Amino acid sequence: MRSKIPLSLYDQDTLKDIARKVRRDIILMTAEANGGHYMSSFSCVEILVSLFFGEFHGDVNNPENPDRDRFVMSKGHAAPALYAVMAGCGYFPVEELKTLRQCGSRLQGHPVKHRLPGLDTSSGSLGQGISTAVGIALSGKMDKRKFRVFVVLGDGECQEGIVWEAAMSAAHFKLDNLIAIIDKNNLQISGPTDKVMSLGDLQAKWEAFGWAVFNVKGHDIADLQATFEKIKSVKNKPIALIAETIKGCGVPFIENNLHYHTAPLNDEELKTALEFLA
Amino acid sequence: MYNFSQCSHTRDAYGQALVELGEEMPNLIVLDSDLSGSTKTAKFAKKFPDRFLDIGIAEQNLIDIAAGLSLSGKIPFVSTFAIFGCGRAWEQIRNTLALDNLTVNLVMTHAGLSLGGDGATHQSLEDIAIMRVIPNMRVIVPADSVETREVIRYAAETKGPKYIRISRRRSMDIFQKEEYHFNPAQYPVIEDGSDVTIFSNGCMLRESLKATQELKKQGISAKVINLHTIKPLANEIIISEAKKTGAIVTVEEHNVIGGIGSAVAEVLSQNHPVPMRIIGVNDRFGGSGHVEELYRELDLTPEHIIRAVHEVMKRR
Repeated sequence: MRSKIPLSLYDQDTLKDIARKVRRDIILMTAEANGGHYMSSFSCVEILVSLFFGEFHGDVNNPENPDRDRFVMSKGHAAPALYAVMAGCGYFPVEELKTLRQCGSRLQGHPVKHRLPGLDTSSGSLGQGISTAVGIALSGKMDKRKFRVFVVLGDGECQEGIVWEAAMSAAHFKLDNLIAIIDKNNLQISGPTDKVMSLGDLQAKWEAFGWAVFNVKGHDIADLQATFEKIKSVKNKPIALIAETIKGCGVPFIENNLHYHTAPLNDEELKTALEFLA
Repeated sequence: MYNFSQCSHTRDAYGQALVELGEEMPNLIVLDSDLSGSTKTAKFAKKFPDRFLDIGIAEQNLIDIAAGLSLSGKIPFVSTFAIFGCGRAWEQIRNTLALDNLTVNLVMTHAGLSLGGDGATHQSLEDIAIMRVIPNMRVIVPADSVETREVIRYAAETKGPKYIRISRRRSMDIFQKEEYHFNPAQYPVIEDGSDVTIFSNGCMLRESLKATQELKKQGISAKVINLHTIKPLANEIIISEAKKTGAIVTVEEHNVIGGIGSAVAEVLSQNHPVPMRIIGVNDRFGGSGHVEELYRELDLTPEHIIRAVHEVMKRR
C-alpha cells in the first residue's frame, strides 16, 4: 500500500511471510464462522498479497479517493482472502476478522460494498464483478484519470456468459486500464472444471476476445511481480493474467481436496492446518 | 371533454429530456443495447457521442457497466426494451445496482403489449412485478409526454436505482407543460368523482378516462387517479380514496399478478379493505396483433373497466 509502508520494505521473504499470515487468518476466521471458502481463498493469496502490498495503489486513508486503483473480487466467495489482506493493509482492525459471516458484521459471506469502506464493489454473484469493472475502467477513460482496475476471477467463473460479454466490451473500448487475473485452480464445487464444463483453452479464448494475455505462476510472488511489470507496456488492450494456482494451496491435506470446498475443518484438522502455517 | 386522439410518444419526450439534461449535467451518461433508434436515446448519442455507450446485444453487461459508471460518480440512464432489460438482466439489477443503492436510471421502453406485431417474446407484462420486489428500487410509470419529461428530470436529480416504464404506444396528452410538476408522493386526480376510484397510469389512463365518460351517461361519477409511482407507494392517498368512495378499480397494461393492482391490494387489505377489482392481463402471454385488437383479446378495454366499476359498486 502506497499510503502505509514504502514498497522497498517488502522483500520476497516479507511477502511470503505476509502470505503465510494471511492463510492463518483465513483458517482462523472461517473456523470461527464455521463456514466460508478457505480453499478458494488460498488459491489467490499470493495474487492478492503481491497486489495489495505492491502493485495496487489503493488509498487506505481515503477509500473513495477518485484516483485510487480499484480492486474487484469477482470471485466473491474468496472474500476471506480479501478481508485478511485488507485488514493487513489497515482498512479495518484485524480483530474484526473474527466477525466473518456473523449477523450485523461488516464482513459478509460475500463482499457488500456499502457495509465495508474500502471495498470497491459488492460481488458474489459470479461474472458480475468483471462487468462492473468494465464500467469503472470506462469511467476512468472518460475522466482521463490514471487509475487501474484489477479484477480477480475464478476459472469456474468463466463459465458465466456475462464474463464473455464483459470481455468483448473491454476490448471494444480498448481498456488498457483493466487487468483481469484468472485464478486458474482447475476445480469448481462439483469437481474438476474439465469434467463439469470444460473451459477449453482459456488463453486462446481471452486472446480471441482481444485481450493481451500473460501466463503466470499464481503462487510465485516474484513471477507475479515480474508480470505486473511486463503488462505496463500494453497499450489499447485489456490485460488478462492466467494464473496457474492450486486450490487450497499452503496446507497439503487441503490442496486439491474438494471435500474442503465448503466443509468446515474439525478441531484436529484445524490444529494440523495451523501447524503447517506456523 | 377529453381529446382522446391528442396523443404522443412518451419515448420521444424521453429522448428530448435526455438531450436537455445532458446540457446541464456533464456526468449524465446514456447506455443502450443496440436499440437506440427505438428507445430514442439516439438523439442523445448524436448530440453527445462521448457520453453515449452502445453495449451491443448484451443486457447483463449493459446493467453492470452502468453500475461501474455509477460507482465512479456518473449518472447513467440505461435503455433497451423492457422485457430484455428487466428480464434478462434482473439479477444484475438486484445484486449489483440495488444492493448498494447505486444511482442508475433504468428507462425501459416498449413495455406492456405495445410492440404489437412482434408478439409475446418482445412484450413485457411482468416488469413492474419483478422490479418492485427489489429493495431500494423506485418504480415509476409516466402518463404522458409532459410527465415523462418531468420524471426523467426527477430521476437525474435523485439518488438510488429507478425503473421507469415507457410504452411504445402513444399516450394521450393530459398535462400542460407549464403547470406540471412531478412529485412521487402525490398522485394527480385526472377526473374527479365520488362513486368509485380508478387507479391507473401510463397509456391506460386513456382507457380509464373513456370508461368514465360512458359511466357518466349512466349516472356514475368515477374518479381517475394517475398512480404514476408504484414504489414507494403513497399509501395514505390509497387509503384515503378507499375511505372516500369505498370502491376501487385498478387498470394496468401488466399481468394482474404483481402490478399496480397487487400494490394497491397490499395496502388496502391491511389497512382499509373495500371492494376492489384489478383490470389487467389475466396471467397469460400476449401475442401478435394491433395493440387495440390485443386490448380487446386480453380484456383491457373501457367496457371491461365499466363492468368492474359496476361490480365493485354493487359489492360495496
